[in-house]
Amino acid sequence: MTSRVLYIAANTFREAVRDRVLYNLIAFALLMSAAAVLVGTISINIERLVVINLGLTTVSLFGMVIAILIGIGLVSKEIEKRTLYTVLSRPVRRWEFIAGKFFGLSGTLVVNTFCMAVGVFLSLLYVSHRFESGDRTVLIALYFIVLQLFIITALALLFSSFSSPLLSALFAFSLFVIGSFAEDLRGFAKMAHGIAGWLASAAAYLVPNFSALNVINQAAHGQHVVFRLIAYNTAYALVYSVAALSGAVLIFERRNLK
Amino acid sequence: MTNSTMSGTQATANSATSRVPGKPETRPGPFSKPGGPKVASRSRRLTTLVFSALLVGCLSASILLLRFTDRLRTFASAEDVLYITSPKLLKRMSLGYDGLLADVYWTRVVQYYGGTRRSGGGRYELLWPLLEITTHLDPNLITAYEFGATFLSANPPGGAGLPQRAIQLVEYGIENNTDQWRLYYDLGFIYYEIKDYRQAEDAFLRGSQVPNAHPFLRILAARMAEHGGEIETARMLWSATYETTPDKNIRDSAADHLRSLRADEDVIELQKAVDSYIEQTGRVPRNLTELLRMGLLTAVPLDPLGHPYKIEAGGKVVVSDAHALPFLQQGLPSGYSKSE
Repeated sequence: MTSRVLYIAANTFREAVRDRVLYNLIAFALLMSAAAVLVGTISINIERLVVINLGLTTVSLFGMVIAILIGIGLVSKEIEKRTLYTVLSRPVRRWEFIAGKFFGLSGTLVVNTFCMAVGVFLSLLYVSHRFESGDRTVLIALYFIVLQLFIITALALLFSSFSSPLLSALFAFSLFVIGSFAEDLRGFAKMAHGIAGWLASAAAYLVPNFSALNVINQAAHGQHVVFRLIAYNTAYALVYSVAALSGAVLIFERRNLK
Repeated sequence: MTNSTMSGTQATANSATSRVPGKPETRPGPFSKPGGPKVASRSRRLTTLVFSALLVGCLSASILLLRFTDRLRTFASAEDVLYITSPKLLKRMSLGYDGLLADVYWTRVVQYYGGTRRSGGGRYELLWPLLEITTHLDPNLITAYEFGATFLSANPPGGAGLPQRAIQLVEYGIENNTDQWRLYYDLGFIYYEIKDYRQAEDAFLRGSQVPNAHPFLRILAARMAEHGGEIETARMLWSATYETTPDKNIRDSAADHLRSLRADEDVIELQKAVDSYIEQTGRVPRNLTELLRMGLLTAVPLDPLGHPYKIEAGGKVVVSDAHALPFLQQGLPSGYSKSE
């Protein structure tokens, strides 16, 4: 079972890294990190802030775009090219296929984030000439970005398991936007009463909470991030991804592929 | 199909199962068949069961974790909204959906005000910028002017204590909604609250000239000129608010004000009687019944909520429950603070 998942994951990774779009996006992201250096120099005393803010935002947004663009095609492309039938005619369980795809793309995203993070740290080194102890928070922010990417990959797979690539992209991107306002949404839910309050609370807790995973501003100011937040966010990303993947498996198991 | 154009999974499947045609497979590979159709059906049921349980379990766990995370992140997220403080920039960024954005911002105003008030009040620092953004995005959002002015002008902890900002807000509203007599009424009211009776009269007069304006605006204008600081004037204003507002919250607030005004009047009258009693007997009466016996009162009054008034050791007449009369000016117990 594990080896079958690993085979699919390895090939998903191989397939993703062959994609030219990926390299364009990474190159553009690195360019943005370099541009942050220029932006910093035309202002006063915010070079580090701009490099961290713009750099991490770029890593997050481009990572998200890559996760969505590749994630939405993981299942539908296999159906379109009819390669899925070849795979499923072998004794590969459908959930193994979904899990393999998730691990493959997640691996790709971790490598991408690492490449882009190197760009951010090089820019940071260029403007500061040295690393500071507060830069550890930048690492935590990058870790949280990776967690966000895991969640969005799982969601892209969920949508991809029952919908067209275009609609999947739309759903995943919408959830990313809504999830970024998750804390506000919960604030609104607390203000509402009765059925509206219940519905708002349910919606607020069902959408992914990306706002808690965004500590870019804290990283820019070198503020400390408590260990418990790291633990909670890690556990949250894990359980939310598993929940989304379980949904994807349940739908994909029942999908008529004939 | 070459390997480079082949889909990754197909490459997996082919490479993992490749063998010499005709030659039986000698050892099981990762893709070797796990069982027959019966086994497959049972396995499918098991998969459904396991993943359904995982879905429910993980979603519940995620909600639980969010609640833990919320406890760690108690800072006001409303601050994020002010990364863009320019209403003009926001209007352009809204791509024409400024009405919807104004609704979102108005909701944020309510959330921010409610949240700050619930946590015991504060400086309401973001109230004015949020209201400015809201009303610039939608200058016809009358509710934002009416409630916003109340939030801004009320004294802490119930409001920001910024009457000048409230005046600025309502003046902007009037500028963009010249046909709304209620905005003139709100403006006059704010001036009345800061005891600028001349400006209040002017606002009520301007409002009375708006087509379809309520007739009481002219009466209020006249009243301001002569009896600005009297309780009767305040009662007229709050009665008018109570009768004309379509909003339940404002009506409840007006009712609170009217009750407090009645208690104010009672306390003033009772204090006169107590002072007279002290003058005649040289001592502080123990209760109001003694005043009744002396013929200084015709009946023992109760406050608007049905509670008896009390006399403190020093001879000061106070209400029993000051919390229930939030706008009371007279008769507050010694040492009582409105922020308690």
